Amino acid sequence: MDFTGKIPEELKYTKEHEWIKVNGNEGTVGITDYAQHALTDVVFVELPETGKKVQQLKAFCTVESVKSVSDVFAPASGEVISANKDISEKPELVNQSPYENGWIAKIKIANKSELNNLMDAAQYKTYLEGLGH
Amino acid sequence: MEDAVSLKRTPLYSEHLKLGAKMVPFAGWEMPVQYSNVIDEHIATRKNVGLFDISHMGEYLFTGPKALDFLQKMVTNDISKLEDKQACYNCLCYENGTVVDDLFVYKLKENEYFIVVNGGTIEKDFNWFMKHKINGVNLKNISDDIAKIDIQGPKAQEVVQKLTDFDLNKIERFFSEKIKFKGIDEEVMISRTGYTGEDGFETFFHPKYASFFWNKLLEAGKEFGIKPCGLGARDTLRVEACYSLYGHELNESITPIEAGLSFVVKFNKDFIGKKVLQEQKEEGTERKLICFEMTERAVPREHYPIFCNGYEAGFVSSGTFSPLFKKGIGMGFVKPELSGRGNKISIEIRGKDYKGVIVNRPFYNYKGGK
Repeated sequence: MDFTGKIPEELKYTKEHEWIKVNGNEGTVGITDYAQHALTDVVFVELPETGKKVQQLKAFCTVESVKSVSDVFAPASGEVISANKDISEKPELVNQSPYENGWIAKIKIANKSELNNLMDAAQYKTYLEGLGH
Repeated sequence: MEDAVSLKRTPLYSEHLKLGAKMVPFAGWEMPVQYSNVIDEHIATRKNVGLFDISHMGEYLFTGPKALDFLQKMVTNDISKLEDKQACYNCLCYENGTVVDDLFVYKLKENEYFIVVNGGTIEKDFNWFMKHKINGVNLKNISDDIAKIDIQGPKAQEVVQKLTDFDLNKIERFFSEKIKFKGIDEEVMISRTGYTGEDGFETFFHPKYASFFWNKLLEAGKEFGIKPCGLGARDTLRVEACYSLYGHELNESITPIEAGLSFVVKFNKDFIGKKVLQEQKEEGTERKLICFEMTERAVPREHYPIFCNGYEAGFVSSGTFSPLFKKGIGMGFVKPELSGRGNKISIEIRGKDYKGVIVNRPFYNYKGGK
């Protein structure tokens, strides 16, 4: 597999390597395969509290590997409606299944037009290729 | 951010790149922080064997009829007790008892001592030694002429034994030998020492053999599941073993007594810093090093504040997720009256308090039997 990792077609992406899957007014958020690979061993996820107001491209929770602490940025503004309790107990799910079982939070999207600020799969792939020299 | 242009590289730099290591700046050097991932490398060292490039560390040779007198005056441990080829851990202190560096002193033979210092303090330490140099001792910084590879873990001896005819059982813990390895013309200095809490060896040799020796060790270790290990695993291993790291548990404002290193400070001799350290030993210190583990899931890290009964009690000096115990562990300095084992503490992480408890030192007991 090349260094860009898996990039599912149906998701939108940030430059900080988060993804969002939009379903009506709800968005499921996580970090990309590229991001989990760069972090390697995720050992702790500090989940956002339900009800927390988040702003697009502002940090709203934290992912830690053995050697690093990384902010997770919200792909869209809105309110946290749930967080993935499974990854509190098993943070390695973020490594094993970044787009499925390793999702981080669900957000009620405040303004869907903001999603136009994000990249689609092809744009994200091009963006990653630009990062890797 | 350190300037990448000015970073030094070890003779194994190209080997690290070939192995896909992630390189980071560390103490002025461009070093591998991990090859695969920290947890796998850590566990490989605990269960089997890990290989570490430690060539960034510095080495000096002190020789002459006054070498022993000089060292006794400079460092905290009692060097006169060393047998030929034996090594001991030391602090090098300022007059006020705080620490210039921590280092290993090997007595090679009468009037000949080999000193191993931290990579980031090679110049500073040497200047400090030169400043106090007396007649009858010759000080030589030989860091550029020496590469260093550590082989650590329960299978370390089996791996190294495949490459030499010398019976490694003859090297006891904290002792060294100069021995021949297959394919290396010059003698390699090897000691049964390390920084992981496991049995294992540190090896010192001319940098021109570094790639050859590194690859021979990887090949010999293949059947034992050897892994090259970066500074990430080196750090998590030493934290589990509660070994001090200069810049964290020791620095220019911390004394060895505060850092729980009284066992390497000997008052039966005169040395720089003795007066303050003796007072601290007798009268106590204002802070004390503790070991703690988290009782809820969280990763303590350097500088995070430690709270006890609602009061700020101190700070974290080193913290990590323990790959072996699978929880947050750390060391830190707190007021002595709060340092009792079993005391409940909390660590403030991003504005939230996470619970922990003070525990016995170390987390992980040395497993080498020899």
